[in-house]
Amino acid sequence: MNRWLRLLRRNEIEKQLDKELRFHMDQYAADLIARGQMPEEARRQARLALGGSEQVKEQCRDARGTRWFEDLLQDFRYAVRSMRHKPEFSAIAILTLALGIGATTVMFTVVYGVLLKPLPYPDPGTLVSVHAHTETWNIAVYGEQNLAYLDFLDIQRESRCLELAGWVYNAGTLSGPGEAEHLDEFEASSNLFSVLRVPLFQGRAFLASEDRPGGAPVAILGYSLWRRRFAASPAAIGAPLVFNNRRYTVVGIAPPGFRLGGEEADIYTPAGQDTSKYMQKRGPHPVSVIARLRPGEKLVQAGTEVAILGKRLAEQYPDTNKGRGFGVQPLRPDVGDVGPTLWLLLGAVSLVLLIACVNVASLLLARAISRQRELAMRVALGAGRSRLIRQCLTESALLGLSGGVLGVLLALLGIRPFVTFWPGNLPRIEEIHLNGAVLLFAIAVSLASGLAFGLAPALGAPTRQLEQTLSAGARTVAGHSRRLHHGFVISEIALALVLLIAAGMLGRALLRQSSLDPGLNIQNVLIARMALSPATLANPAGIRAAWKDVLDRARRVPGIDSIAIVDTVPMREGNNQLGYWTNAAVPPENQQPMALATSVTPDYLKVMGIPLRQGRFFDDRDQIHSEPVIVIDDVLARSAFGRDDPVGKRLWIPEMGPGPLRVVGVVGHVRHWGLAGDDQASVRAQFYYPFSQVPDPLLRRWSELMSIAARTRIAPLNLVEPLRRTLSGASNDQVLYEVRTMEQLASDSLARQRFLLLLFGTFAGVALLLACIGVYGVLAYLTNRRVPEIGVRMALGATASDVMKLVFRQSFGMIFFGLAIGFAGAIAAGRVLARLVAGVQASDASTFAISIPLLILAALFASLLPARRASRVDPLMALRQD
Amino acid sequence: MPPKSDLPQGTLDLLILKVVALGPVHGYAIAQRLQQVSRDVVQVPQGSLYPALHRLEDRGLLAADWKETETGREAKFYRLTRKGRAQLETEAASWERLSEAVRLILKMAEGGAQ
Repeated sequence: MNRWLRLLRRNEIEKQLDKELRFHMDQYAADLIARGQMPEEARRQARLALGGSEQVKEQCRDARGTRWFEDLLQDFRYAVRSMRHKPEFSAIAILTLALGIGATTVMFTVVYGVLLKPLPYPDPGTLVSVHAHTETWNIAVYGEQNLAYLDFLDIQRESRCLELAGWVYNAGTLSGPGEAEHLDEFEASSNLFSVLRVPLFQGRAFLASEDRPGGAPVAILGYSLWRRRFAASPAAIGAPLVFNNRRYTVVGIAPPGFRLGGEEADIYTPAGQDTSKYMQKRGPHPVSVIARLRPGEKLVQAGTEVAILGKRLAEQYPDTNKGRGFGVQPLRPDVGDVGPTLWLLLGAVSLVLLIACVNVASLLLARAISRQRELAMRVALGAGRSRLIRQCLTESALLGLSGGVLGVLLALLGIRPFVTFWPGNLPRIEEIHLNGAVLLFAIAVSLASGLAFGLAPALGAPTRQLEQTLSAGARTVAGHSRRLHHGFVISEIALALVLLIAAGMLGRALLRQSSLDPGLNIQNVLIARMALSPATLANPAGIRAAWKDVLDRARRVPGIDSIAIVDTVPMREGNNQLGYWTNAAVPPENQQPMALATSVTPDYLKVMGIPLRQGRFFDDRDQIHSEPVIVIDDVLARSAFGRDDPVGKRLWIPEMGPGPLRVVGVVGHVRHWGLAGDDQASVRAQFYYPFSQVPDPLLRRWSELMSIAARTRIAPLNLVEPLRRTLSGASNDQVLYEVRTMEQLASDSLARQRFLLLLFGTFAGVALLLACIGVYGVLAYLTNRRVPEIGVRMALGATASDVMKLVFRQSFGMIFFGLAIGFAGAIAAGRVLARLVAGVQASDASTFAISIPLLILAALFASLLPARRASRVDPLMALRQD
Repeated sequence: MPPKSDLPQGTLDLLILKVVALGPVHGYAIAQRLQQVSRDVVQVPQGSLYPALHRLEDRGLLAADWKETETGREAKFYRLTRKGRAQLETEAASWERLSEAVRLILKMAEGGAQ
């Protein structure tokens, strides 16, 4: 008979085994009777000869290969039965675990989706990114250097190992069909989709013949733009549209969720058709390059090849390419700085899970001890120790898995709200799903926690001194298990303290930061990016006139107090970091100190409410042909000129031209990096330069980056519509986008701190609650076990308060050790937090001073009830109990 | 009656296979046969017979059917499978080799003493 078939027919097999052995005994007895034995005696001898039919049966069952599985089934059934037998115990244990596992699963889902999951392109292992590097490039500030378009084309043509594709971030205005709208644009090489092996959703990719100057003007739409503007109609293919004043024909639709470098574009155009100067020179390097290793090629070979090609380019074009090399790296998702925060949260949530496990372990242990007599009985009846341990573990694994299933359900409900509440943009948010890897993780965590909290009680299964256990009253607690119980409480208190202190540190950092002076008046300021009409961008004079017109019109809108245009706004994403020097002997770029450059119009100071400390701010005297001037903040004043009066001094800023710039004024420092981040930022010094002095060749590029900033007399958001109407321009294609108030930006700059505080506060609260339940449960249990002892003490004259002291002394001991260990842990955790979260101070004495008494009070409160119950023990009843 | 000795480790399986090789037989008869053939020298504890039978059946060396005995009761009759027969041959051969080797060594020891 097949092994698995036999498993299904277990009952029949048991019957047959019984029948077989009975036949043996009957035959033996019959033989003995035939030899003249009395029937009674014959049957007795037959039974003896076989040596205990139950043991023989047990060995026969062992002899079958399916034994382990049968045991598992048996244990499983037993576990289910004992869970049903104590429903409230099981419910508490499963719920505790479900919370822990659910929270951990949510965090792991996020960590997996954002940090661990491979890029969503086919065969991501053979994708690489290609970068340029020069000796003077400041990689810490600017990140990896992109490629010049001409360099990209040369390497793409020459490379044998790599198939290169590239794209350039750009933006522009879609002015028809329909209302004008600002679009994010990728100018892509024609092979972009084929290198990534991503098929288009509809239509076709660019042809090579379209990827060059004068090619047919074709565009590919982003999936969401297609749904928004074309109602997902297939007729969009072949439809005309006007983008940046050019007519395009739509040839394809990108697949849903398609991203490059973490960004989703609204529209793709052929990079080769861009005739801008920065695409025709080798100096600027705007092209992001990815490449696919050709079959059989390795990363190292590709790196060597690209380096050789770079050397050749440097010889061929020494003016631009001298000292510029190229390298390849495996393609990795760019997730910015969220990594440490996510790991931090996963760590914190694991602590909560750990506390939950400890709680369940102490519950189980308490139960295991009350079951000691049952277990001893089973040992006496022939169960092996390993068998008992296995059974205990099956029970806890079942608890763990039930908790896990419920936890995954909780995670399923919790993941979307969690992601929605994440402050700002969570990178790769589209990759966050509960999937196979996450489920595997959840199962592993459930089983591991099942094992973790089941092992201690299981190892406590009785082996020796059976008679003792059997004859002892149910109310004795072995020293071993009492130590374990104390250990559980101690670790819970320690873990809770770590979380409490972490939450406290975050809270204090947040309080401190919210009260910081941002350096400007954030009330009643409206900020919006603005795109001029594409038609006006043709010549510099037109651009200057258009901006002047924007300012004039906006100033006349009722409710507007003052208005300015600006490129980079404090506490908003985006900055322009430039190197400076105080004399003409300027060192290489990567040895220059850096400052944040902001291009503004004269009323900017008034709009933002930034105080003028010395000299003057810009006015109408500062024009393109007058002396180039800048205004610096007091941080730059201190670092560049020390105690000297900066007004009238000169600064050399190579990126802005070879000549010096005259400092005409000093203003207050603005917390550009946000309330939380500014103190730690690597580049804090700031200077402003007049937008009117931006040179003609740069004016078009600059105009694509400008925002308007307005100080308002009424609630700023009420002015958005009037401003939109007033500024839409003659051809109705000037648009405002990314509208914010300064108050929103300031509040957002603390969002991550607030979010972390909320989570840590929740974790700490849960941890405190669980620890209190743990203290209560263990003390209640231990005290209950000591009722006879307490009875004796009271009979001998102990008072109620003596008994309470007895219990409290026990709980004090545990609390003390827990605090000592937790203190050390909290100091370590504080160091980690201080490194990862801006503004947190590692040695925050007052947080310790608040958290520790709080925890002590909570723990004592939890021991109050058991202590009082102990003090009300009736000695007579207690002594009779056993 | 000569003193009984325990069965050397691992030989019980071989003996069972040998007995079953003579024809389908039930457990009690195997015990009887072993006792008779070994002329009461080898003690086969009846308790260890059945686990061994079940183990051999699990390994596919024996197969079993329920049949009526001459007394009209149903009993489980074991028979050798093809795999069991092959196993019997290899084990018997290796047992022969082993006992021959042991005999030789014992003889040599005697010779050395002379």
